[in-house]
Amino acid sequence: MSEAQVSAIGSREVLRLCVNGQGRELLVRPYATLLEVLREDLRLTGTKHGCETGECGACTVLVDGVPKLSCVVLPAQAEGTQVTTIEGVAQGSTLHPVQQAFMDCGAVQCGYCTPGMVLAAKALLDVNPAPSPGEIKEALAGNLCRCTGYVSIVEAVEQAGRALA
Amino acid sequence: MKTMTTQPGADLRPEGDLRVVGKPLPRVDAVGKLTGATAYADDIELPGTLFVKILRSPHPHARVLSVDTSSASSMTGVTAVITGHDLPTKYGIMPTTEDELALEHEKVRFVGDPVAAVAAVDEQTALAACRAIRVQYQPLEAIESIEQALLAPGDEPIHDYAGPANIHRLAALEFGDVDAGFAAADHIREDVFFFEGNTHLAMEQHSSTATYVGDQLTLWSSTQTPHYVHRALSKVLDLPMGHIRVVAAPQGGGFGGKCDPFSHEMVVCKLAMITGRPVKCTLTREEVFYAHRGRHPVLMWVRTGVAQDGKILAMHFRTALDGGAYGSYGPASTLYTGALQTTTYNIPAYRFEGVRVFTNKAPCGPKRGHGTPQPRFALEVHLDKIAQEIGLDPVELRRRNFVKGQTRTVTQLRITSCGIKEVTDRVVKASGFSGRIRRPGHGMGFAVSSYMCGAGLPIYWNKMPHSECVLQVSRGGVTLFCGATDIGQGSDSVLATVAAEELGLWPTDIRLVTGDTGFAPVDLGSYSSRVTFMAGNAALMAARKMRGILVGVVAEQMGCSPSQVEVCDGKIGELAFEDAAVLAQERFGVLSTHGTYTPPSDLGGSFRGAGVGPSPSYSYSAAVVDLDVDSGSGEIHLNKVWLAHDIGRSINALAVKGQVEGGVYMGLGEVLMEAQAYRHGLHKQPSMLDYKSPTFLEMPEVETILVETLDPEGPYGAKEVGQGPLLPVIPAVASAVHDAVGVWVDEVPVTADKILRALDDLAKGRPGRFGPKSFPDVPYPTMYKVAPRDAAPTSF
Repeated sequence: MSEAQVSAIGSREVLRLCVNGQGRELLVRPYATLLEVLREDLRLTGTKHGCETGECGACTVLVDGVPKLSCVVLPAQAEGTQVTTIEGVAQGSTLHPVQQAFMDCGAVQCGYCTPGMVLAAKALLDVNPAPSPGEIKEALAGNLCRCTGYVSIVEAVEQAGRALA
Repeated sequence: MKTMTTQPGADLRPEGDLRVVGKPLPRVDAVGKLTGATAYADDIELPGTLFVKILRSPHPHARVLSVDTSSASSMTGVTAVITGHDLPTKYGIMPTTEDELALEHEKVRFVGDPVAAVAAVDEQTALAACRAIRVQYQPLEAIESIEQALLAPGDEPIHDYAGPANIHRLAALEFGDVDAGFAAADHIREDVFFFEGNTHLAMEQHSSTATYVGDQLTLWSSTQTPHYVHRALSKVLDLPMGHIRVVAAPQGGGFGGKCDPFSHEMVVCKLAMITGRPVKCTLTREEVFYAHRGRHPVLMWVRTGVAQDGKILAMHFRTALDGGAYGSYGPASTLYTGALQTTTYNIPAYRFEGVRVFTNKAPCGPKRGHGTPQPRFALEVHLDKIAQEIGLDPVELRRRNFVKGQTRTVTQLRITSCGIKEVTDRVVKASGFSGRIRRPGHGMGFAVSSYMCGAGLPIYWNKMPHSECVLQVSRGGVTLFCGATDIGQGSDSVLATVAAEELGLWPTDIRLVTGDTGFAPVDLGSYSSRVTFMAGNAALMAARKMRGILVGVVAEQMGCSPSQVEVCDGKIGELAFEDAAVLAQERFGVLSTHGTYTPPSDLGGSFRGAGVGPSPSYSYSAAVVDLDVDSGSGEIHLNKVWLAHDIGRSINALAVKGQVEGGVYMGLGEVLMEAQAYRHGLHKQPSMLDYKSPTFLEMPEVETILVETLDPEGPYGAKEVGQGPLLPVIPAVASAVHDAVGVWVDEVPVTADKILRALDDLAKGRPGRFGPKSFPDVPYPTMYKVAPRDAAPTSF
């Protein structure tokens, strides 16, 4: 690689994001994904990655309330939107009802898929407060989990729906 | 060191007396994981960190003629480039499998074998520098199958040890008089099975960060076995153990995939030593598929002789394991394919022959159930076929052969608590298996299994305890130090629950320092389902000592006898826990107690190969699977799985249910779709999209039934749950498919195309079966006939 290429990699673009209700203006690498900007530039490491190619759902964040795979979103696409990461779900030290239900139902084991699952579940309940198990499975089918067998996650989302009602 | 004969765990208080043990409490680490606060290995980024990329072989088998790093080294942003010359010491998880280099500079053995590594200011620069490294290879004939590996190689063997051909390991053991058993049998049946390899697919990609400051090396890593990584680093880097600290970061899933010392761990440590800066490497998902160490592909041949009433008289089991490119846990994996047949069934005469071969694929190792899901699949389906042949109900055939508690197997394994009959009764009753109403395309299958509660022996010979805990009480706070590693299975919660139970506190009152070789005492790691039983017992011993100190001080204060001091609800007698702790600290200084666990020494035999299989206890599981098969498309629709598990006692009922459901899920993934398969040495599907795993939509309803047998040596009677429940699911699915459409798929995964081919054969009047036709000729060594165990002073 030439010096010029290295220099190009080193260049930055100005980006304005609103993450968890907070406006941020930052210089980012032009090739960085929203996932990388969140984790590496903003150090919001609660957003996880399992593939970085849009296959596993671990990097799910909400963009204007809609679940998006941040590993295949360019940060510029999120300009002018409200981005919610797992760090923005609880109210201070009080867990969101979805988080509380995941905890109470044992829907967390290794926890690596959990941030994406919680956000995808929250997005579902925001538009459908009383989903059927089938609707829950359909809505979360893009989020893989290797620990739980999904059973307790479905139970947690149902319970969270009841708590939010 | 003296082996403990009286175990600390023999606490069989009725459940009502236990305040936190057995309750469905949330995990102690749940809040951090739910809010994003938990720092996994890749979430660690220290100031000034350099990032590493590893250059890997594009050839399945080749000589490395030269590695030219000059262009890469001179690139802007590159701090250091290393090759195998910088890390010339071989390592491996077992003393007999030290056959890997962190970077290979003479020969590569699979696509993905590491060759060189670059540390740079960022990953992009490191990647660009890797591409600038010039490697000259001389390709060699690639060994791609078990059959090919058994033949003399065209070019050269993959390794210059073991053999003949590409054979890594051979075993041949016989217990009892097998020939006499077959001679006396009324029915003899032979079957051949194949189980394709698959991988762990933990959600978290492996990541490691190392620092080297003032002659002290620290590694934070996604590892299930920090103790073994610690040892490997000491050897490879030639550093004293006391100058190395390995911290197992909270893990995003393990399943056995993070049990080996890995190349990237050696590389970041070496580069930290060279550069003096923090160095980090996170594998891509594709690299995780190459790191592998997953389920071995295994070919199996089994021959069983039974009496007219279905009693097993003799069994001969042969396995051939495709080990991939390196040794890893291979010698143990090989023996595990023959080890646990006898812990479910009373087999009076048993012959096992196993072979593991090297091939030019990513190395295989331990995955959940380590070496036992493959033979369990073969054994259970084989018994179904025998039952059908002799006209006996498949459950009844099993019942007539079940092992009993407080016995020795013919392979000399000690069985203590045994809930095999109870789990069978419960699962058969709950599912309505026996009285089911038949309809076209619908099937139900049944299978049982057992698994170890920790290996009876460590991976390398040493006399240290297998697990130790230190409990410290200072300023009213409790900290538990243990080398055990929470990989998501909930071991931190188990340890905290045990300490909380004994000290009258809640699990979240216990601060934990775990998986840290710098601060916590030895625990061998999170593998072989050993942590609840072994570390749990060590924690129990430490906690009871602490309880004794606190109770003693309070009794003196209250002017009563220690037996009158009640410990519960945050109080020691009439004192709040904190006040009692401060009172004791005023007397003795900081309070510290210590607990250890070493398995009893007489769990198994003393013959060569006896090290694999012994365990202080065995869990038992039974499954019934209910499914429909579309005979037009071959597609399987799962309706429900019932899984009954002999847990001994639940330490945390919620966590146990989660482990059962997760085990059922992983078994279903293996039997229905997962395959780590290769084409000409290339992994066919190294991505999470192409490597199929079950989503929410494929997962059926699961009914978990827990049977508590109160193990005499487990902590509060507890046994394992992390691995056992996976095992019976796989054969139960194959059995249910046969029940549904009348064909046997004797090969895992059981996919629609295989079912269709078997149905097609059936329609043409041929046997309705898909599976391997034969078992290869293997140059097994002379059979080692193990002499019966000497009459022991104990009753079994």
